[in-house]
Amino acid sequence: MNPLDFLLEPLSYDFMVRALATSVTAAIVCAVLSCWLVLIGWSLMGDAVSHAVLPGVVLAYVVGAPFALGAVIFGFLAVALIGIVRNTSRIKEDAAIGIVFTTLFALGIVLISVTPSQTDLNHIIFGNLLGVSWADLAQVLILGAITLTILLVKRRDFTLYAFDATHAHAIGLNPKVLGAALLGLLALTAVVALQAVGVVLVVALLIIPGATAYLLTDRFSRMLVIAPVMSALAAITGLYLSYYLDTASGGMIVLVEGCIFALVYLFSPTQGVIGKRLGAMKRQRMLAAQ
Amino acid sequence: MSAPAIEVRNVTVHYGDVLALDNVSLSLAPGRIYGLIGMNGSGKSTLFKTITGMLRPDHGTVTLAGQQPALARKAGAVGYVPQSEDVDWAFPLSVRDVVMMGRYGHMGIARRPKAADKAAVAEALARVELTDLADRQIGQLSGGQKKRAFVARGIAQGATILLLDEPFAGVDKRSEGTITKLLRELAAEGATVLVSTHDLNALPKLADEAILLMRTVLLQSTPAEVLKPENLARAFGLDVTVGDAE
Repeated sequence: MNPLDFLLEPLSYDFMVRALATSVTAAIVCAVLSCWLVLIGWSLMGDAVSHAVLPGVVLAYVVGAPFALGAVIFGFLAVALIGIVRNTSRIKEDAAIGIVFTTLFALGIVLISVTPSQTDLNHIIFGNLLGVSWADLAQVLILGAITLTILLVKRRDFTLYAFDATHAHAIGLNPKVLGAALLGLLALTAVVALQAVGVVLVVALLIIPGATAYLLTDRFSRMLVIAPVMSALAAITGLYLSYYLDTASGGMIVLVEGCIFALVYLFSPTQGVIGKRLGAMKRQRMLAAQ
Repeated sequence: MSAPAIEVRNVTVHYGDVLALDNVSLSLAPGRIYGLIGMNGSGKSTLFKTITGMLRPDHGTVTLAGQQPALARKAGAVGYVPQSEDVDWAFPLSVRDVVMMGRYGHMGIARRPKAADKAAVAEALARVELTDLADRQIGQLSGGQKKRAFVARGIAQGATILLLDEPFAGVDKRSEGTITKLLRELAAEGATVLVSTHDLNALPKLADEAILLMRTVLLQSTPAEVLKPENLARAFGLDVTVGDAE
């Protein structure tokens, strides 16, 4: 098989085209958001919100409302409950997060088990990339475009919020609004990525790309390019691998993301465990040669 | 005497049941440097947070640059230099990026820098002598340079009120001298500078006036007067003399 056929053959199936468009869109939107999440220290929050949207999505399905609406409501509900448990008891934040999101996730699973449905709602949990319909794809594209636009237009404000919220206050901005906006976008992004990899694996797309980019550059503006490019490549690679190896597509995408992170962790020229030493040895050799 | 730049009147702040500021009143004039001293937990940070708008006082009022505090902040009057331990120094931003954040209040919704913003940032960087280091990641500066970068952010912003939270912690003596000189210049141009510090020895050189805080203002006077052992003892609760405090 020549390489071009290798790339084109899967695309002769409509379902593969939809899967590719869905996964690349989800990968890009998640990756851009992940740049802020890893810097603010909200990785666990990303995990929590992406799981906690499940009952919201199921209830939205039941009443025929947009998934995004249910997701955003339950996303904020999760954050509010976490805040209440942390602030009004001796429970620390990580425990509060663990209690709230697993309980809401469990509620989602129970709701799924009692909801008669045409489509298998279990697909929300593990994703069903190969079963994405044109309508699903349209929803992913629209939500993805909205989320990405807001993130990119307000990127400097979000970065200021992440870096120095006190300064944001001092120049008359409202950091609470910026934080809430990020959380709302997190819930929307979770909906976008549900189709691709499912609730359980969304968090990988929300953390790994930003973390990988952070190991490669000292400029936030470059992270916003590196993370989505890396994540889109991982999505494409993972999908093709799953096609030819006949493995789970969502899981394969996340595996590729994890492998890219591992390579960067080892070989990043400035931050990599091995790459840093190689760079130092090269400089020494150059000094010795002079 | 001109109208005060910072006017704090009968401000009380609680954290839950804990009283952090108790009926604090202060009046700070333009063109002067004020040293804020007190123990850990005396309310120094709380006072800063009240002025920057992080905290809303339970009682009392704050007036900044003769305006409602929210208006003064929106106009860019308040510059803030955070404590070192409150900053994530590994954050992927250059020195120039950080100084540019001082201009955000003057920009449109997407905060896209215009020529005037870039010029103001370049000027501020030159002013604090960091032009050559402008493209370094912020954590790759020395302790003193880091402080100057944040002062440059206030300059680029056009702040007339500059708040510095422990700017001399972890900074060597020479850098402390450079920063002090810079602050004196800014005050001479009309800025009001409020500096919290543990370095009592350097206070007379730095500040025109000192404020002794212990949840409430114990004393606002010349540094020499505030540094008298009997006055320090009131704030620190034990017999402290200049030279061995902290």
